[in-house]
Amino acid sequence: MTDSDHRTVIRAEGLRRGYAGGFEAVRGVSFSVERGEVFALLGTNGAGKTSTVELLEGLAAPSGGQVRIFGLDPYRQRARVRPRTGVMLQEGGFPSDLSVAETVGMWGGVTSGARPAAEVLELVGLAARSSVRVKQLSGGERRRLDLALALLGRPEVLFLDEPTTGMDPEGRRDTWALVRELRAQGTTVLLTTHYLEEAEELADRLAILHEGELVLTGTPAEVTGARPARIRFTLPQGVPAARLPLALCAAAEGQRVEIRTERLQADLGTLLRWAGESGIELAGLDARAASLEEAFLEIAENRRGPAGRTGPMAGAR
Amino acid sequence: MNAPALNPGRLAALGRSELTLLVRNRGALTVALLMPLLMVFVLRSTLSGVDGVGGEGRASLGEATLTGGIGMVLVLVVYMSLVSAYVARREELVLKRLRTGEARDLEILAGTALPAAVLAVGQVLVLAVAGAAALDARMPREPLLLAAAVLAAVVLLAGASALTSSFTRNVESAGITTLPLFLVTALGSGLFLPPESLPGQLATVCELLPLSGVMTLVRAGWTGGAETGDLLWAGLTTLAWIMITVFAVRTWFRWEPRR
Repeated sequence: MTDSDHRTVIRAEGLRRGYAGGFEAVRGVSFSVERGEVFALLGTNGAGKTSTVELLEGLAAPSGGQVRIFGLDPYRQRARVRPRTGVMLQEGGFPSDLSVAETVGMWGGVTSGARPAAEVLELVGLAARSSVRVKQLSGGERRRLDLALALLGRPEVLFLDEPTTGMDPEGRRDTWALVRELRAQGTTVLLTTHYLEEAEELADRLAILHEGELVLTGTPAEVTGARPARIRFTLPQGVPAARLPLALCAAAEGQRVEIRTERLQADLGTLLRWAGESGIELAGLDARAASLEEAFLEIAENRRGPAGRTGPMAGAR
Repeated sequence: MNAPALNPGRLAALGRSELTLLVRNRGALTVALLMPLLMVFVLRSTLSGVDGVGGEGRASLGEATLTGGIGMVLVLVVYMSLVSAYVARREELVLKRLRTGEARDLEILAGTALPAAVLAVGQVLVLAVAGAAALDARMPREPLLLAAAVLAAVVLLAGASALTSSFTRNVESAGITTLPLFLVTALGSGLFLPPESLPGQLATVCELLPLSGVMTLVRAGWTGGAETGDLLWAGLTTLAWIMITVFAVRTWFRWEPRR
């Protein structure tokens, strides 16, 4: 009732999902998505993205908390929610012996107000492949077909679970363009991805999921803006890191130096002036503002185990 | 699975794609079309060797073959092929994908069962008309009762297929998981042996098997003149099995592969 006329179309409150055997994949996730927003759920493999999305799609009931789509329960009020949502699962779900056109035709038969098959295949760039059997499609083409089915009923809310996994770069660009176009038409999109670039390109807001919990929510700018920028370089032999200006908060490993800073421009200026005056060459100099990738990796690493940072070699004994 | 109302458009869409898949699957099509024919011949030669069936003449032998044949068609075409279909769709994630759409659970199950059900009913009709002529049997005396029995059997067997699919890991193992019901029905529900030929206590137990009620109704529909008490008992047994199956499917049906 409260959400139905409201701008909030997806609301998750304290969502939990436990599986047989005691494993809890989703541990108290709360967020909401406004009408017309593109919201990205990020996380490493096993973070709980798909488990969360399946609850939003109404494929399963949460073991705790609640989901509301248009103010309705997508699991119990399935018949009222489904005509307004479009879903793309992480893995297709088409009979391999049907052709592309037959698959879309079948899906059209179970979808109210379906677009014509030709129109939707044109949208996703599969028009030329309509008589091909599903089993002969490439991984990327299957994702396009899946997207076509999700779009068939002109949904108000679109759930895309890793929509571009397995696509070539062109397919990925096409899909991004399509998502932007849908957003421009007012469609609300919730997507999961482990491509940070994808979230940065598409999302109005994003949330990072780690081990079943949301660890960060915000716009891409907020998420990256809160992180320090980074300067990296290698000092020549015989120049110890101790000679660097004290104002720079530098961490050195042998001759390799990393500086983390909230004031990238000022610190970079200090560094370059010092290097110029001392006649020192900074090999492999690299300065960059924080990217979503760094924010993401930092969260993934800091949260892993009580020891904090765990390098990639930690698994080797 | 709330109200039993089904949307005809959605059923037709699901049924049509399932029919396309059946036609393209040579193995399943063979089971559905040739096996019943083969089994009718096997039945006839088995029954002609049983005392008391051949004795009353060709018409009686023909009727026993045809009613047993109807049971065989139903088990082979509905049950055996449908278990494979449900398992295949589940493993391909088709069932899960369909549940993200507007189709209701019962529509998904019923739509998938539609081609097998129509095929089975068609073959029963062929058996009833062509078979009766070829085997010198009389035509069914009570066609309505026969039709009702066949429809009840289709519903019961479709439910049993859904249930069996939940315990079937992949399409290959469907050949094994469907055997128990097939054997119990063939031997205990009067497909090969007339129920009267079983010893007393065994006959009473066999009357309670899932398809015994249906087969009693099928035989009564063909030959006519059955006692009302027997019909009522057969009808109630069938209804009870349908209710048990529906409950079991709602409890145990698996929409996704076990991962």
